[in-house]
Amino acid sequence: MRLAFTNAIPLRLGRANRVEIPWARLVRTTALSMLGIVAFLFLWAAAARNIDTSLGQFPGPAEVSAQAANLFQEHVAERERERAFYQRVEEFNARRLAEDPNYQPKPRQYTGKPTFLDQIGTSLVTVAAGFVLATLLAVPIGIVIGLSQTLYAAINPLIQIFKPVSPLAWLPLVTMVVSAVYVSDNPAFSKSFINSMLTVMLCCLWPTVINTAVGVANVSKDLVNVSRVLRLPWLTHVRRVVLPGAIPMIFTGLRLSLGIAWMVLIAAEMLAQNPGLGKFVWDEFQNGSSSSLGRIMVAVLAIGLIGFLLDRGMLLLQRALSWDKSAILR
Amino acid sequence: MTHLSIDHVSIEFPTPRGPFKALSDVNLKIERGEFVSLIGHSGCGKSTVLNIVAGLYQATEGGVLLEGREVNEPGPERAVVFQNHSLLPWLTAYQNVELAVKQVFRGRKSKAEMREWIEHNLMLVHMGHAMHKRPDEISGGMKQRVGIARALAMEPQVLLMDEPFGALDALTRAHLQDSLMEIHAELRNTVIMITHDVDEAVLLSDRIVMMTNGPAATVGEILEIDLPRPRDRVALAEDPRYNAYRQSVLRFLYEKQRKVEDLPKRAASRAAARAEQGGARSAG
Repeated sequence: MRLAFTNAIPLRLGRANRVEIPWARLVRTTALSMLGIVAFLFLWAAAARNIDTSLGQFPGPAEVSAQAANLFQEHVAERERERAFYQRVEEFNARRLAEDPNYQPKPRQYTGKPTFLDQIGTSLVTVAAGFVLATLLAVPIGIVIGLSQTLYAAINPLIQIFKPVSPLAWLPLVTMVVSAVYVSDNPAFSKSFINSMLTVMLCCLWPTVINTAVGVANVSKDLVNVSRVLRLPWLTHVRRVVLPGAIPMIFTGLRLSLGIAWMVLIAAEMLAQNPGLGKFVWDEFQNGSSSSLGRIMVAVLAIGLIGFLLDRGMLLLQRALSWDKSAILR
Repeated sequence: MTHLSIDHVSIEFPTPRGPFKALSDVNLKIERGEFVSLIGHSGCGKSTVLNIVAGLYQATEGGVLLEGREVNEPGPERAVVFQNHSLLPWLTAYQNVELAVKQVFRGRKSKAEMREWIEHNLMLVHMGHAMHKRPDEISGGMKQRVGIARALAMEPQVLLMDEPFGALDALTRAHLQDSLMEIHAELRNTVIMITHDVDEAVLLSDRIVMMTNGPAATVGEILEIDLPRPRDRVALAEDPRYNAYRQSVLRFLYEKQRKVEDLPKRAASRAAARAEQGGARSAG
């Protein structure tokens, strides 16, 4: 499915190429990806019938789509309850105000449980925050060490050591440090959000740092000489010569980083009980009802689909920012 | 005072097998407005001389004086036209020239004057019609024209050209040589050009500096080209003086400084060329 999509989507997006693409090829790629999906569904259904767990039979495609519909229904119902709650509060306040003009209405918060869609929203916000923070750190670091061989030699060992560290190893440290340092009576962000975000940042920093540094170091010597002959100031040199030249590599790094960020986030949420998709999976697992496995499978597919869409989003961003529109982007 | 003097320049590049002496005691005095070609076999260090004048390399011994001041870093008063044009591929022709003009004339020209100056230089190299195209949208010859426009726009005291037409086909090259002669007649820049094309050297130059083979290359002979300007390539083809000049350059290259082509020597010279490249990379 992934492979087929990677072929098909750039073709559809390529504005300049659109005319040249033979329709036959487009139809063929689409047909092949459909075929792949259908074959997978059959295999899955067949395999699921033969797997019995303590929570009943492993969910097949039918059970999972039913659960997906259920989850959506629950979301709609929850929103309806929330609306009804606020309506009641409003009516109550209006009545009290009519009886007693000096009545001060108290703010009342609805305290329903977050639905599957809410959890997805939380996860997306967290991953975006962690990824943006990581990018803001990683790109400048990458540029600086890419420009200086000395700094690169000094920092590279650190990168190589921290790069393979699992989020699960960082998490306890992050949690303790955040509890100690992030003390506020009226916090703008919850601690769990800060924990997940920092863990995501620590884990997804490295591919961007490394790829940016490589991209910067590989900017053509001749272009660097042009810059030297012109005596361009450092900042102009970086902005006009180095950055545009390194953009493809920077984006390679960013896409790797975003993929890692998304994977790390789910694991971190699961372990730390931070709200989000990871917690949803964990809660369903602990819940252990006959529908749990189906609901977890919905989450698995949602996680995969969102990861795929995030990657496509980065690709679109790269297309928008890169000067070289003809470069093959995958 | 000499305009530009290359004074007893030697350069060594460090290699894993000890220092490699690429140039030894290169001496050259160039007058203002003079057009000088450097010619020699590949690997003889022509480009190294140019890069030292440009300030991109530092001479190990000796030095370069421009108007009596020592050259020790690159600068726009010694503009370089690179062999492979070296335009920034993400900028249009206009923007490439603009980058140079904005840097060189910052605070000295108004916005309108800069625009006029950029357009003037692009017109000079006959690129007025395609000034808003990016390098990947124009031909190799056009890219080289933009490279020349960028260098000219810096109003350099010396224009350094490193095999500027080496990568072009013969017709385009002839066309650009004619343009270059026109520009030189108009602006009277001092030009140092590297070439290994004998016709090009004789056609364009006031003097041809012939270099011996490396390692430890140096100036072998200097030939004054006393042909009236403007020069016309078709008329010159039958001029006996032109042919005599050609012949003496050819004699230098293929008799006095013939590349010895027996196998072990060739391997050695290739190793030396590699060493020079390696050294150049680490030096640059």
